[in-house]
Amino acid sequence: MAAIRTKRDPQIYTFPGFGTDKFPNLMLRGAGDLDNWHLKVYEQKHEGYVAMKQALKMEPVAVTEEVKASGIRGRGGAGFPCGLKWSFMPKDTPERKFTRYLVCNGDEGEPGTFKDRAILEYNPHQLIEGMIIGGWAMQCATGFVYIRGEFLWLIEKLEAAIQQARDAGYLGKNILGTGWDYDILVYRGAGAYICGEETALLNSLEGRRGEPRVKPPFPAAKGAFGQPTTVNNVETLAAVPPILRMGGAEYGKLGTPKNTGTRIYGVSGHVKRPGLFELPLGTPMDFVVNELAGGSSTGKKTKAIIPGGASAPMFDEKDFDCPLDFDTVKARGSMAGSGGLICMDEDTCMVQATLRLIRFYAHESCGQCTPCREGCNWMTMILHRIEHGEGKMSDLDLLASLTPRIGLRTLCPLGDAACGPMDSALQKFRHEFEHHITHKTCYATGSRLLSTVGAH
Amino acid sequence: MNHPLPPDTANEPMAPGQRLPDSERKEFSPEALAEIQAIMAQFPDKLAATLPALHIAQREFGFVSLSAMKAVAKAIGIPEGHVFGVATFYTMYQKAPVGKFHFSVCTNISCALRGAAQLLEKVCEKTGVNPGQGPSPDGMWSVEEVECLAGCGSGPCVQVNHDVYDEFVDEQKLIEVMEACKRGDYRPWAK
Repeated sequence: MAAIRTKRDPQIYTFPGFGTDKFPNLMLRGAGDLDNWHLKVYEQKHEGYVAMKQALKMEPVAVTEEVKASGIRGRGGAGFPCGLKWSFMPKDTPERKFTRYLVCNGDEGEPGTFKDRAILEYNPHQLIEGMIIGGWAMQCATGFVYIRGEFLWLIEKLEAAIQQARDAGYLGKNILGTGWDYDILVYRGAGAYICGEETALLNSLEGRRGEPRVKPPFPAAKGAFGQPTTVNNVETLAAVPPILRMGGAEYGKLGTPKNTGTRIYGVSGHVKRPGLFELPLGTPMDFVVNELAGGSSTGKKTKAIIPGGASAPMFDEKDFDCPLDFDTVKARGSMAGSGGLICMDEDTCMVQATLRLIRFYAHESCGQCTPCREGCNWMTMILHRIEHGEGKMSDLDLLASLTPRIGLRTLCPLGDAACGPMDSALQKFRHEFEHHITHKTCYATGSRLLSTVGAH
Repeated sequence: MNHPLPPDTANEPMAPGQRLPDSERKEFSPEALAEIQAIMAQFPDKLAATLPALHIAQREFGFVSLSAMKAVAKAIGIPEGHVFGVATFYTMYQKAPVGKFHFSVCTNISCALRGAAQLLEKVCEKTGVNPGQGPSPDGMWSVEEVECLAGCGSGPCVQVNHDVYDEFVDEQKLIEVMEACKRGDYRPWAK
């Protein structure tokens, strides 16, 4: 076995008041402590595997009910209620026995999102515990953890942690005398953002190209290897042990009534203290950005914030007070997504930022659906020529006409994701695009564009 | 973030008649074959071993060459076309040789806001290679521009091989990282 990495990462995980009743520390326990991947440390310091032992004494249905009672919504981006998702799994009948799978989505690739990495780094056993509880609730045969290929050191760490759990008898045959056999396998991705989409992930897990599938059938009916499957995000599964420990109803008191619990917000971009902050849902965005992350790092005012990872439409100044929960962010025209806040100051060229985002989607489109494959490329080309001072006024209408032809016309939400930043940038920062076209200079920095100055 | 944005080189299609470079090695070692067999036995379907086998091939062959893809197909007992399709879909399988230390520089939005484009330029300048150009003449360095590495909070970040992220990288830090590579503090690309 390779040595486990001991290099400390420079992220910030804590803030004054973290760990109190107001800001409970449920998922970032042990953050910053590089020894926490040891089973012993997790059991001694962080009530490790208490929830699992409790769950294994309960009826599987009762565990699902507890998770339902907590009201936790999926942390991967869509915000689908986790308990409800679990209850979709078919149960065994006298005529038919199913082989069910639980898949953990650790293909963290959304720009601005870096929360799963912290859980895998500092709290891998909490994920394993969550997967055992989920596996028990749905009576799964195997749990798969799909982790993006770049996280090789985290895969090695998780595999070592899983081995410790096996040695302790928490995984394998007849777990703690319940007669239930369950094991967890780690699967390494190979660098495709699209594999974060659940059906693409299942295809990738089966050893195919990561192309999303036509739904229905949904994974609960026909998922990995043709069997009923539930796909949950790392953060969702890591939240399951605290739910069982506290009781679903108690957990449901955190956050707001329809958006319960805590989630990990990652703040990046132009802020003084970029890092990960675990907060109850519904915490206002300006509190997170200004109080916890220290506000703008450049001394310039913040111009735009992307509230939920790169796919979420941008917010401008008037929405900075938005409470960060799924429903409010959606009502204000964006999405809470994966909880990655990207802050941009006044000097940021929005044309360039939009180009960078759209180029990402053009690069990561799997190529299956024409609107996304062609549309994202065309948007990139048009933005590219605006950015290089060769744009025409009609390009803006062309861009605006492209997004409705991509959004909601593809198998998976990647096409929609590309339209979010495009539409919102055009709506909120149209003057910058126009300035680029008419003045051939950048509105934000005043610098001349490439076509007039050459490289630099 | 300021102008200019480096061109995207990762997505250039192959020219008509252009072939992927081939590796010297043509077959898996017996240990690698055993490893692939073990993976096949773990999963309900042997096809699932495709991605892990390609990772093993990359480790053994240095990069995923045509011979490597054929060896994977033979080891698992699946069509070569399937392996080729999978290997070319995923960007982490290098289809051409890379240096002993492969720098992946993230230039996505969060890192770009903190100067990733300038960092990429510096990396190219210090190593003497550009993205997509293959290894430097001494075989030490290669550079790739990648999408988000999930190091957004501590960007700009660079990944060296598949090992360690280096975060908040400025010119000084970059020099330190390159020195560490030369000293052998980082795992080299292939074994």
